[in-house]
Amino acid sequence: MPYISNTDAERLEMLKLIGVKDFDELIQAVPPQLRIKGDLKLDDPKSELEITRKIQEKTCRNVCSQSANSFLGAGVYDHFIPAAVDTIVSRPEFFTAYTPYQAEVSQGTLQYIYEFQTMICELTGMEIANASMYDGASAVAEAILMAVRKNRLKKAILPATMHPDFVKVIRTYTEGTGIELVFAPEKDGLIDLGALEAMMDETIGSVVMQSPNFYGNLEDGFEMDRIVHAGGKALLIACVDPIGLAILNAPAEYNADIVVGEGQALGNNINMGGPLFGFFASKLDMARQMPGRIVGGTLDKEGKRAYALTLQAREQHIRRDKSTSNICSNQALCTLAATVYMSLMGRQGMVEVASQSAKKAHWLASEICKLDGFTMAHPNAPYFREFVVNTPIPAATIIERCQVRGIYPGTDMARFGKPNQLMIAVTEKKDRELLSDLITALKEVSHA
Amino acid sequence: MPKNIFELSSPGRKGFTLPTCEIDTPLEQFIPAKYHRKSIAKLPELSELDVMRHFIALSHLNHFIEKGLYPLGSCTMKYNPKLHEALVRHSCFGNIHPYQPESTLQGALELLYELQSDLAEISGMANVTLQPVAGAQGEFTGLKIIEAYHKAKGNTHKKKIIMPDSAHGTNPASCTLAGFDVVELKSNSEGRVDLEALRAVIDDNVAGFMLTNPNTLGLFETQIVEISELIHSVDGLIYMDGANLNALLGIVQPGKIGFDILHFNLHKTFTTPHGGGGPGCGPVGVVDKLLPYLPVPMIAKNDGGYFFDYRNEATSIGKVHSFYGNFAIMVRAYIYIKMLGAKGLRRVSENAIINANYLMKKLEPYYNIQHKEYCMHEFVADGTKQKKLNGVSTLDIAKRLLDKGYHAPTVYFPLIIPEAMMIEPTETESKQSLDAFAEAMIAIADECEKDPEMLHEAPLTTPVRRVDDVRAVKVLDPRFEIKD
Repeated sequence: MPYISNTDAERLEMLKLIGVKDFDELIQAVPPQLRIKGDLKLDDPKSELEITRKIQEKTCRNVCSQSANSFLGAGVYDHFIPAAVDTIVSRPEFFTAYTPYQAEVSQGTLQYIYEFQTMICELTGMEIANASMYDGASAVAEAILMAVRKNRLKKAILPATMHPDFVKVIRTYTEGTGIELVFAPEKDGLIDLGALEAMMDETIGSVVMQSPNFYGNLEDGFEMDRIVHAGGKALLIACVDPIGLAILNAPAEYNADIVVGEGQALGNNINMGGPLFGFFASKLDMARQMPGRIVGGTLDKEGKRAYALTLQAREQHIRRDKSTSNICSNQALCTLAATVYMSLMGRQGMVEVASQSAKKAHWLASEICKLDGFTMAHPNAPYFREFVVNTPIPAATIIERCQVRGIYPGTDMARFGKPNQLMIAVTEKKDRELLSDLITALKEVSHA
Repeated sequence: MPKNIFELSSPGRKGFTLPTCEIDTPLEQFIPAKYHRKSIAKLPELSELDVMRHFIALSHLNHFIEKGLYPLGSCTMKYNPKLHEALVRHSCFGNIHPYQPESTLQGALELLYELQSDLAEISGMANVTLQPVAGAQGEFTGLKIIEAYHKAKGNTHKKKIIMPDSAHGTNPASCTLAGFDVVELKSNSEGRVDLEALRAVIDDNVAGFMLTNPNTLGLFETQIVEISELIHSVDGLIYMDGANLNALLGIVQPGKIGFDILHFNLHKTFTTPHGGGGPGCGPVGVVDKLLPYLPVPMIAKNDGGYFFDYRNEATSIGKVHSFYGNFAIMVRAYIYIKMLGAKGLRRVSENAIINANYLMKKLEPYYNIQHKEYCMHEFVADGTKQKKLNGVSTLDIAKRLLDKGYHAPTVYFPLIIPEAMMIEPTETESKQSLDAFAEAMIAIADECEKDPEMLHEAPLTTPVRRVDDVRAVKVLDPRFEIKD
């Protein structure tokens, strides 16, 4: 049998030492009437070669962004990943290791998490970051729950400009817990700040902003700060893009209290949407309310620098039903990819990736808007690397026609109730030719 | 310890190359200055070789499966086949986008559909959602399903979830997150659910019962049929924490013996790598009557092929992940199930059980074992003898094991066993490696008698000596202060 070392002879020898005549005697605690009769109904076992062929047969029926010219984003982004990232991430020393509870034999994992936390603090301007959440969506949900722990106010405002699937996850996390979600309306692709201001009162515990928001547009963090922090105890939760942070306001600049976001764009493949990872940072005074693992620097008994999981009294394995979250497994290996990625890109590389993506997106947008029937959906909103255009014919038709040319022109906003809109994401990977191919295709397929 | 990555940084150094950008327009003309950050993020600046040396140096400080045995109870640290890593890295898995047209994702969707079906068969459940990304998120998903089931019947008063005191910490934590009240049940003298105690807390407010089976003592819950009748008599649902499913493959289908909901840990039973703490994957299976509440989308099939199925959106608990969960982890588990087949999976559980009993037998003369019956895939020994006679704690013993090239067992859990050492060798370990581990444990038992002082000092040979985790809390240092 694959991956089982012991032979039948060794098995018998072991059963003999245990003192039973056969395996059945060993599981006498399992009442016979509860056991399966016969075999499970599964395919016959396969060899490495056979399963490789079976997998190849499947991959052939997927069309990936290496062979198609893809402008899909909507929360996950196709940035370039240097080869060295996977060389590190695929080392068994990292990927087969357990959670670093035994600090003395886990310093490698603990130190990179400490470095990761530091990088997230640098990007966001915040004072403390945790070791990761499942994804951006659950990170926002947990941020809302943390805000409730902090100020005991159970009403949260979500922006109508937030990723609709994030909103669905947040609903699942908050429903039945007594937390009331209300929505700040949207105006021209951004939060309607006037409406938000009118909604604010002393019952509001937290206000979430996503910037770039679902459409790729940049919300005004300084105005959010003014409105959210004007009165009572409300906390400002910023959900941000980590690549964007290289050039865009660090949320600390506009006084955000909790900063979260989807981290996939940092050195992780899209993998059909998972695994992703959420990052989670805040001001230091909320450290004891944070969800998830946190690594801290400390000393060993000889006074040498060492790292350990810290503030564990917040966590489920210690505090059980009183813990700050139920999270145990997180997305550690994805944060390793992010840490190696940010180490390689460094401060200049991150800025370069972000500016190239932004510049190419803006150039593309202006070229697309020269085509008949295409206009910006939110002409006055600043944006980063993704934008929404109105299309002359349903986006679904455009997507279908582009597909035969090997182009995914963007996200069909019909998915979110707007059939004549296309959302287009651009990263630094797009050169002039790939951008021009999209423009040509849009021009040629957008007839009625 | 190696310097940290920021201390290695050298101004202007580069570890990347990017194509030149053909657009000369300054960024300020595209994005107003107000939105630009005021100062650059002080990320490190290194060459590719610098970065490689740094992370390789860090990697040398870790214990990992290929280095040595990981006897962590309830964690199922079995060998992770390298084939999975090779195949999952195919570009047509790694570089597909969740919003691509379904016609361009047919291979991926077919794989997920087959995995849903195979996991349903393995667990005896009607269907399985793959969306939850970790065991704890699987628990949360299951509890939301319990909530939705009762809500649909108008039974919003059902807020009580019962669980034994041997439950994993995530169980009560997930209950709180899902808005339930936890009722903890004292285990009986056998280490199993105490039926009398259970009867005493059963009433109409019971929403459900959470049970790990085999439980965290490695014992099969023999009274599951009685438990099931009791809970179902008040229309409660029974949730199985599948953390210990490695004992039941091809032996018991939980969905056929009274459990209504179960989560899998693909990163345990189905050998997807632990990754130093994640990512995992926590699919949830349910019986027929709970199908309407599963998260959306499911993966379904019609004449046109495979598709994301949102038909149950109105009754579903909603979504728990931005997209469809940890796809790349699912691919690995799929490969594992297809390679082993029914007989291979059964063999996994048989050998896991044999290995655990073999090791228990070898350690029994040296360490106290409170529940001496045959165990399933794991058992709990304890250090009470050493504590009492030699003043050596289980923590000392655990740390000494690190010196001998092993990871420690899960210690001080389950909470109901003092000085607990929960040991799960898994089926991938050979008899020889179990013998060697037993020798190390026996040698430590001997050291406890002869040199208890040395054990308080352990570990002696690891990259760092015993780490001061109290200081890590008192002098909180969660990030490096970068000087520029």
